Amino acid sequence: MITFFSIAVDAVAYGMALFIICIGLSLMMGLMRVVNLAHGAFAMIGGYLASYATMQLGFGYFAGIALAVLGTVLIALPLEPLLYRRIYGKPELMQVLMTVGIAFAAIGIVNYLMGPTLKTIPLPPILATPVDIGFRSIAGHRLFVIASGIVVVAALWIAIEYTTLGIKLRAAIEKPDMARALGVRTNAYFLGCYVVATALAAFGGAVGAEFLPIEPFYALRYIVTFLVVVSVGGAGSIVGSLLACLLLGAIDVTGRYLVPDFGNFFFYLCVIVVIFAYPNGLMGRAR
Amino acid sequence: MTMRHPPLSDAARGAWPAYKRDAYGILVVFAGGIAGYYLFPDSLALLTRIVSIALLVLSLDLVVGFCGVATLGHAALYGIGAYAAGIVCLRAGITDPFLLVMIGAGAGAVAGIAMGAVLLRTHGLPQLVLSIAFVQLVQEGANKASAYTGGSDGLAGMMPAPIFGVFAFDLWGRSAYLFAIFLLIAVLAILAIVARSPFAMLCRGAKEDPVRVESLGVAIRLVLLRMYAISGAIAGIGGALGMLATQVVGLDGVSFELSANALVMLALGGVGSLYGALGGTVAFMMVEHMVAAINPFHWMTVIGGLMIGVVLVAPRGLAGGLDDLQRRLFGGKSETRQ
Repeated sequence: MITFFSIAVDAVAYGMALFIICIGLSLMMGLMRVVNLAHGAFAMIGGYLASYATMQLGFGYFAGIALAVLGTVLIALPLEPLLYRRIYGKPELMQVLMTVGIAFAAIGIVNYLMGPTLKTIPLPPILATPVDIGFRSIAGHRLFVIASGIVVVAALWIAIEYTTLGIKLRAAIEKPDMARALGVRTNAYFLGCYVVATALAAFGGAVGAEFLPIEPFYALRYIVTFLVVVSVGGAGSIVGSLLACLLLGAIDVTGRYLVPDFGNFFFYLCVIVVIFAYPNGLMGRAR
Repeated sequence: MTMRHPPLSDAARGAWPAYKRDAYGILVVFAGGIAGYYLFPDSLALLTRIVSIALLVLSLDLVVGFCGVATLGHAALYGIGAYAAGIVCLRAGITDPFLLVMIGAGAGAVAGIAMGAVLLRTHGLPQLVLSIAFVQLVQEGANKASAYTGGSDGLAGMMPAPIFGVFAFDLWGRSAYLFAIFLLIAVLAILAIVARSPFAMLCRGAKEDPVRVESLGVAIRLVLLRMYAISGAIAGIGGALGMLATQVVGLDGVSFELSANALVMLALGGVGSLYGALGGTVAFMMVEHMVAAINPFHWMTVIGGLMIGVVLVAPRGLAGGLDDLQRRLFGGKSETRQ
């Protein structure tokens, strides 16, 4: 029972960390139809910046994360008009090529600047101590990640479904020509969506560093996991991504605890089964 | 992507010039291969590896260029070919290089059919992700079945017999390289015929306009599956060649990274063109070799920049760029297609 409980907490926390990173990718792939394999690179940059801010510059944990998100957005911002705008609506192969290229270049540059060693982001005392929740205690960091995930879900849900901003964004994506004719500045909305996606990637990379350690090949190693999560959940669906993250997080963590020898075997087996049964993902819409 | 007109049939273009063009192309490759033997006698191991990977990229081109399948898992077929040849060599005592290559081809073809059966059920993003899941599953499987595959240590100690019983695999890789060139020429000759066959046209048609081809009474999935089998056989030959040349088989042969790199080489050279696939492999691996010698992280940056550059400047790859140049200079129709 104790094992079950600790596995469950780890699984949910890991799933939430995945969610924070993946939802940005899901938005870009589902709404903007861009296969953005550089998403992992942005998460990695966020993690490196958070580590640099806390370890080298002496910032606190929360300030360090805020700085990392801001820094990643500043780095990623010029890439949208320069590179991304040219691959909107292009064949997948072109998108894969361009974004893998960005990821490769990011890996090379980050490691040239920061060195090839594993980076840590020290936790503040509040998060490092276990929190007593009555009948058992949970690591504070796990609770923080879970809470962050819930906030992100709620904020995105409200923004996309219920605000004018969300309505215009969806219009810009569904029928760009008509939206433009009605006075929606589609390019600005695409840029906004891209910025939110990048910011979430950086945030997730920083708070999820306990689960997905910040290391040289982060950008390539985990992009596979992120892509899998997005397509299992159904690109563009917030609820679907949440379900997929919790499901795959549970399978991954349980697998690692109970049958560590098999590594990711069950994870990918589950992926193949789900995609066979739901080609558009759990909550995805047919195109 | 840019194709607006249907592909010209051989009859319309004149069958003989098409074959003549292929014959010239293969001759040029052969001459280049032999020149490499005399010009770089110290880097024959690298050149053999380039040929081995080139076979993987050619095989990928059949699936991406002709069938329009998005895949980031093609190295699975290459690695399965390598493992099959390695395991048979170690366990069953079969050491004849030609037989081992055929075994690699067979295993690759079977794996290709399995992979095609999984991938061809979907399109676009799910297909891309399924291909990744496929290669990861194969890699985990190879890692787990360490009794056969050596797990993360890989397979070593294969002792292939001399080619024709005469030319042993020597320390300098001379016979391995000549063997590789021979295989490459044979594969190119076969693929030149396949690429101009009505069957390949059918695949291209299914890629461009599946609804119309299906309404002609064609079972598209079966047609594409056959191409997948051919592609698997070619990738398996590449894997078996890699095994023979290095006498090592490792988990990196069935990796996502190798799949992604192969796709980059293909896109660099030009999708849908056999010589483009070849040129892309040579260009990519040469750059990799030169820059990685300085610093592996600089290599990542340079290759990344190269990929971005290809998308921005030459979306149809080196072959497409050359083709445009040729058309501008001499006129005539485009040969490579997206």
